[in-house]
Amino acid sequence: MRHIVSLLVENEAGALSRISGLFSARGYNIESLTVAETEDSTLSRMTIITSGSDRIIEQINKQLNKLVDVVKLQDMTEGNFIEREMMFVKVKAEGESQRAEVKRLSDIFRARIIDVTDTTFCIELTGSGEKLDAYIRAMHENNIVEVVRSGSMGILRGEKALTL
Amino acid sequence: MSGVSVELSGSEIIIQFLKDEGVKHLFGYPGGAVLHIYDALQKQDDVMHVLVRHEQGATHAADGYARATGKPGVCLVTSGPGATNAVTGIATAYMDSIPMVVLTGQVPSHVIGCDAFQEVDAVGISRPCVKHNFLVKDLNKLAETLKKAFYVATSGRPGPVVVDIPKDITAPHIKVPYLYPEKINMRSYNPNFKGHPRQIKRAVGLLLSAKRPMIYTGGGIILDDASAELRQFVRKLGFPITQTLMGLGAFPGTDPQFIGMLGMHGTYEANLAMHECDVLICIGARFDDRITGVTSKFCPYAQIIHVDIDPASISKTINADVPIVGGARQVLAEMNKILDNTELSIDQTALEAWWQRIKSWQEEESFAYDRNSDLIQPQAVVEELYQVTNGEAYITSDVGQHQMFAAQFYPFDEPRRWINSGGLGTMGFGLPAAMGVKLAFPDKDVACITGEGSIQMCIQELATCLQYDTAVKIINLNNRYLGMVRQWQEFFYEKRYSHVNMDSLPDFVKLAEAYGHVGIRVDKPADLHDAMKEAFKLKSRTVFLDIITDREANVYPMISAGKAHNEMDISPLQQQKQASLKGRGEKV
Repeated sequence: MRHIVSLLVENEAGALSRISGLFSARGYNIESLTVAETEDSTLSRMTIITSGSDRIIEQINKQLNKLVDVVKLQDMTEGNFIEREMMFVKVKAEGESQRAEVKRLSDIFRARIIDVTDTTFCIELTGSGEKLDAYIRAMHENNIVEVVRSGSMGILRGEKALTL
Repeated sequence: MSGVSVELSGSEIIIQFLKDEGVKHLFGYPGGAVLHIYDALQKQDDVMHVLVRHEQGATHAADGYARATGKPGVCLVTSGPGATNAVTGIATAYMDSIPMVVLTGQVPSHVIGCDAFQEVDAVGISRPCVKHNFLVKDLNKLAETLKKAFYVATSGRPGPVVVDIPKDITAPHIKVPYLYPEKINMRSYNPNFKGHPRQIKRAVGLLLSAKRPMIYTGGGIILDDASAELRQFVRKLGFPITQTLMGLGAFPGTDPQFIGMLGMHGTYEANLAMHECDVLICIGARFDDRITGVTSKFCPYAQIIHVDIDPASISKTINADVPIVGGARQVLAEMNKILDNTELSIDQTALEAWWQRIKSWQEEESFAYDRNSDLIQPQAVVEELYQVTNGEAYITSDVGQHQMFAAQFYPFDEPRRWINSGGLGTMGFGLPAAMGVKLAFPDKDVACITGEGSIQMCIQELATCLQYDTAVKIINLNNRYLGMVRQWQEFFYEKRYSHVNMDSLPDFVKLAEAYGHVGIRVDKPADLHDAMKEAFKLKSRTVFLDIITDREANVYPMISAGKAHNEMDISPLQQQKQASLKGRGEKV
């Protein structure tokens, strides 16, 4: 099963490689990993999307918790959470009809065009992983020049929070 | 020192910190990146530096010292090859959860990343085999980092910690205030020692309801100094106990309640009792693959209680019905308290029947070997060693058949006496580890049971033994083969012996003499006793006993890959005995 695990880690050199090294050394899956500093500059927030049997997921959570740099961990999948990913897509946009079509499609997905040239559009889109997949499918493969995806971030709904 | 800070250089801080931390021995090897530290080191006598002959030797010696004393082993090596040579020893300590702090020199901060001379990413290379590691970037944080390193290494589930120190941090002319940090607070590291009271109660209830109970303990008992609590617990219950290779000595090896080591080369009775038991309590062990055999057939009738300080060890390979996260000593003390205050409702009839079954397995004598052979049997050597040392010696070993014979034939009655590389299985561990033990206990008998393959992997430490008068006895079971590999090739590759023949061995007697020690060769069973006596009579000398043993002796019983506890290969002698005791109906 797919799990979304959020971590607060010490904002120190090496913390990221300890975590990614754990996944490769123990053969765990890693679908995406995002990380950035939080409002507290000594802490980084990380979101990892992984998958595996219940036993593997339990091991992943325990092994992550065991790392000295991991301050706090939460398996979001156990609760009610919001997940979002951001994507930039550069697409071919040549000629009146193609430009209009891309614009129309982007409106449907509530995507924003953030850069324009005579032959391309750069589009920004936020949503669940499935929504981003759907946009790419709708855009047709041969129109796509470049795709940049951030990997998912997650946050719990309601008052509960992953803080110190 | 307390309360008042002094101005010290980085090198002086390191040495002063080690003193303040109570470190008596430092195992090391100098080099460019640690020159400043070595300069500070020679200005004092409180911390004794032991100059090894290879950095791997330093780590194993520190490891042996830690296993025997319970205190952290400490090493100091230089950057680059110094650090990489130490990695095998660090990984060895990591797999067996041994507290160790390894200080590695690093090239100066401003050239890190420039492929400088003797530069290697020591933090990166050691990361998968340390409990934690640090790169010191700020001289002002050096003392605090060292304190963290010792705290992490020795608390919770212990393990090795590497502190990588760039040369500029140790420069003699840059001084900062130093005050020994008595305590350290780490928000991301708080090991839990106390087991959950309700779970402990549940576990005791389950134990008391057992008809065929088993106690299975490991190195965690020794690491947590829980031997006394374990002995009380086992005797109160009257249950059979088995111990892992790492746990030997926690419960006395000569006690009738101890039914031998379990696992791949455990006793017949211990493995069958594991297979047949209905309640199993595991304390301070981790269901290693050498213990469980094939996991799908492991303890098929048992409800399992697992006590471990590391939550990640629980339900990792074998599901625990009653998981208890906590230190062995604390949890055992709690269980003992409950047992003292409860009327013990053990089904004594069932327990008596259970013991009878175990005794019937014991009668088959799974460790029997040919005592009338013209060749020296390796088992006989270990038994002789046991007799000559009254079973009280510190025994280190390397890895292979000799290691198993040592574990099988030298019953340890005390913890911390049996010192071997269990998890990583590091050949070359035994001699430097013995050196570390002898430095800690100069008045005790220390022997290294080894083979002609393993001993050559760290033989250079014979020189260190002379320099520091660590008079250890090397018991070389010389069968001219890499014995364990040969055994596997005999059993599983139809005797196609591939590169296990140790041709052109050195003359170990002359080699020992060349290093300034005593060498004795024994090739007849009749000479074994006198030679062993002689070796231990030479109190102040390192003695190399080169014992020419039966080339094709095998370790029995054996659980081969993919097999369960009740599917052991047993020795030809046990097969005969089994036939003569016919009518038991026990399947092998």
